Amino acid sequence: MLYSEKVMEQFRSNKNYGRIDNADGIGKVGNMKCGDVMWIYLKVDDGIITDAKYETFGCVAAIATSSMAIDMIKGKRVEDALAITNKAVAEALDGLPPEKMHCSLLAEQGIKAAIEDYHQKKAAAK
Amino acid sequence: MDKTYYFDYNATTPTDPRVVDAMAPFFTEKFHNPSSFYRHAGQAFQAMEAARASVAALLHASAKEIIFTSGGTESDNLAIQGVAAKLKAKGNHLITTKIEHPAVLNTCQHLAKSGFEVTFLPVDRVGMVDPDALRQSIRPATILVSIMHANNEIGTIQPLKELIAITHEKGALFHSDAVQSTGKLPINVKDLDIDLLSFSSHKIYGPKGMGVLYVKSGVKLEPLLFGGGHERGLRSGTENVPGIIGLGKAAELAGQEMAAEEKRLRPLRDRLETEFRRIIPDIMVNGDTRQRLYNTLNLSIRFIEGEAMLGYLDQHGLALSSGSACSAKSLEPSHVLLAIGLSHEDAHGSLRISLGKYNQPADVDKLIEVLPPIVEKLRSMSPFWKKK
Repeated sequence: MLYSEKVMEQFRSNKNYGRIDNADGIGKVGNMKCGDVMWIYLKVDDGIITDAKYETFGCVAAIATSSMAIDMIKGKRVEDALAITNKAVAEALDGLPPEKMHCSLLAEQGIKAAIEDYHQKKAAAK
Repeated sequence: MDKTYYFDYNATTPTDPRVVDAMAPFFTEKFHNPSSFYRHAGQAFQAMEAARASVAALLHASAKEIIFTSGGTESDNLAIQGVAAKLKAKGNHLITTKIEHPAVLNTCQHLAKSGFEVTFLPVDRVGMVDPDALRQSIRPATILVSIMHANNEIGTIQPLKELIAITHEKGALFHSDAVQSTGKLPINVKDLDIDLLSFSSHKIYGPKGMGVLYVKSGVKLEPLLFGGGHERGLRSGTENVPGIIGLGKAAELAGQEMAAEEKRLRPLRDRLETEFRRIIPDIMVNGDTRQRLYNTLNLSIRFIEGEAMLGYLDQHGLALSSGSACSAKSLEPSHVLLAIGLSHEDAHGSLRISLGKYNQPADVDKLIEVLPPIVEKLRSMSPFWKKK
């Protein structure tokens, strides 16, 4: 399996994994059958994602896309984070092997699910 | 990272330098076609027949029962398709198991699409076939039973002698894919009374692209390849003389060294198993710990995924394999691990260590040092670990 240097860099990096206590939004996506489960935690302040973390059960590509997704949403406005596509995540990693593209989809879904959860929590708090 | 540590001998082995030396002259000065007339050709022919005798000796077979092929996959195909084509008037039923190598499984699946019926026998939690289940599945129309000797992923060794006796009682032929056991365990085809047996050269420190099908004297097959009638008409094509010479040398060395290798490798494997059980919580050992290849250890390391482990191990120069879907380029984890009843999660978290000739005790120390922190790190990243 040949991964790009960017994929391996994100895979090795320790900076983005972990959990956020009292997160404003949590996205839980993936399923155990195909072996990838990704949880995305968000801290949102005044519509801006001030902190984000991931926890992932998955392969090298799943971990690298999780980490890249966190890099891409941190500091962004929630609406802008929602616009991030799986293609953009894969491109930021200098591409993924074809059979690993589904991992980037998981990253996009994880971001969307976390933001949806944030909106629901906000609505419930009102 | 300078030194690399190889723990994937069930995938392939390096060619033994003594094998390479034996092969070398057959590429250059001894290049002749064994079927030609002149004296050099006669020498190539004699060298090839000496290699056949070495292979036969490893299996306790006669030289004329050894058919050279391009590898384990071709041998499996020739055995199964060859019997199916030859005996289709007699019956259309085949029996195999759910844990076979794809070379057997997919050949059987292919035949199932062209008029044959195939029974895929289940295995128990440790990967054993139930002899009674075999007995009950054999019908009058059963022409062939194909059951692997030792499993490549979990190392479980089937009771071949008993399974063969049951098959013969009911009048069917028996083939075994012995790719993982040949060269590791003593095999005596006469004592087993087996009809067909496949193995591969590159798993026993021989060159890639060479395999063997043992065909018991009197057992008839249809060939897959037609041509000049080489290999008793069962495998046409000018012989791969350097490959055959290499395989012959590898078989000779395996025969001489296998007992000592077992004595050396079993304690190393057992040490890995003991240490990992002691150091890493929540792991399982897959396979039959009583009837198992002495070089193989298959672990399920819960709450993490196999390929991610391979990724970190690779950073340290350690080469291993996993039954996770991600390392297999598919979305399904290992069919063997699912067949022994593992959940998808535990199958995705599997790690296979297979030792061989060039592993030293220091390699095992390295693995014991490197793996536990990797497991700890990946678990700290896993959403399942802390919440259990």
